[in-house]
This record gives sequence, C-alpha cells and structure tokens, in this order.
Amino acid sequence: MEIALLFTLFISFFRIGLFTIGGGYAMIPLMEAEVITVHGWMNSSEFLDIIAVAEMTPGPVSINAATFIGYTTGGLLGSMFATLGVISPSLILILLLSRLLMKVIQNPSATSFLNGLRSGLIALILLASFTLGQSAVIDLPSALIFAALLIGSVLTKISPLYFIAAGATLGLILFPY
Amino acid sequence: MQNQKTENSNSLSLWTILVTFLKIGAFTFGGGYAILPVIKREIVENRKWVNDNVFSDILIITQGMPGQLALNSSIQIGVRLRGTLGGITAAMGVTIPSFLILLTIAAYLYPLIRDNIYMEAVFYGIRPAVVALIATAAIKMGRTILHGWNGIILCAVLLVTAIITGVHPILILLIGGLAGLVVCKGACKQ
Repeated sequence: MEIALLFTLFISFFRIGLFTIGGGYAMIPLMEAEVITVHGWMNSSEFLDIIAVAEMTPGPVSINAATFIGYTTGGLLGSMFATLGVISPSLILILLLSRLLMKVIQNPSATSFLNGLRSGLIALILLASFTLGQSAVIDLPSALIFAALLIGSVLTKISPLYFIAAGATLGLILFPY
Repeated sequence: MQNQKTENSNSLSLWTILVTFLKIGAFTFGGGYAILPVIKREIVENRKWVNDNVFSDILIITQGMPGQLALNSSIQIGVRLRGTLGGITAAMGVTIPSFLILLTIAAYLYPLIRDNIYMEAVFYGIRPAVVALIATAAIKMGRTILHGWNGIILCAVLLVTAIITGVHPILILLIGGLAGLVVCKGACKQ
C-alpha cells in the first residue's frame, strides 16, 4: 500500500472532520467533494450506497462512512487512516485546545461566524442533494420513490432507518428487472 | 470547568469508561441526534457520572465546534471523568464498534452482495431514499437556522456562488462565516 495514499486519506478525512459543524448530514457536501470531486475515489452511486450502509449500521454516520470509504480506497490500512483522520480534529480540539475553544465559542463574533457558516452549510447540503440526486433519481420509479420519501421525511420525525427500509422495499418492487 | 467532577474521577477505571462507550457505539443507530439521548440516559441517568447541567454545557460546546456530535460529547465526558486519557478512551469506545462493523461489511459482506440483482434492486430504491433524507436535512436545518432575511439571502447567494464557481465546500463555509460576521450580528440569531 502506498504511503502517499494513506496520507491523502488521512488528510481528506481530517478536513471532513474539521469542517463538519453541527453533525447530522453536515459532512455530506464535504465528503462528496473530497471523495468524488477532488480524488475520484468513487462515483455518486457508490457514495450513496456507502452513506446508506453507514446510516443503517450502529455508530456515528461519518465514522462509519470513513471506515467504509477508507477500506474500498486503501484496504485495511486505508480504513484505519480514514477513521483516524475523521476523529482527530475532535480529539485535538478537545484534548489540546479546549481552553482556546471555550474562549472562541463564548465570543459573540463566533456566534455570528457560525450563523453565517450555517447559511453556507444549508446551501451546500441542498446542492449536494441535487448533484447526488442525478445518480439516484434516474427514471420514473426512482423519482416516485424520492418524492414519496421526501414528503414523508419532511412532514414527520420518524427515524431515517425506516425511510431507508421503505426505499429498499420499494426498490425491490419497482426495479426494472 | 474541567475540574468540576474530580471527586469521583479517580475511582472510575478507564476500562469502565471504555466498556460504557463501546456499548453506546455498538448499539445506537442513526448518527449524532440519535446517539445523544442514549449517551444522556447512560451517563447522566443510569451511571450519574455527570449531572444534567454539565451535560447541557457539553452539548452547547459540542454544537459550536467541528466534528461528530456523538464523538465530541463522548470525548468531553471522558475528559471530565479521567482527564486526557479518559477522553481518548471514550473516543476509542464510540469509534471501535463502528470501525469493526463497517470493516467487516466492506471487506466481506459488500463484495458478496454487490453483483446480486436483488441487491441492485434494493440499492436502486435506497439511493433516492438517501437523497430524500439529505434534502430533508437541508429543509429542516433551514427552518430552524435561517431566521430573518439576512440568513436566507446569504444562503441563496452562497448557493449560487457554489453552483457557478464549483469551489470546494470548505471555501463556501468560510465565506459564509466571514459574511456572517458582517450580516448576521444578532439578525440571524437562532
């Protein structure tokens, strides 16, 4: 295994961890950019498959996705470096820089900065759903699945797991075999 | 604020911290917002390692800092219990189950099922489901975060900028943050 690739995996996922602010799907646009656009490690469909698996398995979604993407890109070592990369920013910030972090977070300017950043985050997540959607919504049945589940998930607070299960079931029924 | 809980911190072994967070990592589905209530129940209610106020403090810090919510709050709890080693132990606890489970799937399960026609059908339906969840995340975040015109206009401008220029998302986030210093002074407060 090339050391350069392992280093790249670590740095990529370090960046993803460092700029994922607020949790949830905040990491999707960053991961999409790093994994698909910048490094071309996989295409959009494979990426969506991995996000689905990461969502269906226990544990934090971005750590799950890091392990999976790391493995498909660089084998066992790749998965270790990607996983370490995504958790390192948290460890460094909390263990080494917690005093500084507290001061920064309590500063009123930090709130303004974070609010502006979150506006950008929403724009990016919206954009990611369009770009990734192009490889997922490819015909009438998949468009129907998308529309039905979008309405369902916007209007309810049901766990994402059920929507993925619903998607899987509808896929089995509607797939053009 | 790290010294609030020193009374019982020396009595807690790193092993106990590790096992507790291993359990949280291994049995909680659905990412940060699903894991936080489980961490609260286990750490605050069952084990009483930190009290409600300390846990709220941790959440406030966590939401304003980079990284996975569940991971960040676990590290902070670990630090309060046993200092730096406690933090590292808690991080290992929530990460190891994910790592082992996904490694097993990526290495053994995924190659087996990838070329199966029924699995192809399953993922054909799952992909639009995941995209729907991502779009929902944007819509729900927008509803809670974008209060006032400043935030909405900034979001629209950044969306157009991202589409036209295709720059790295990190740049969009940083531009958004810097613009926030000017236009979000209290106006787009959550």
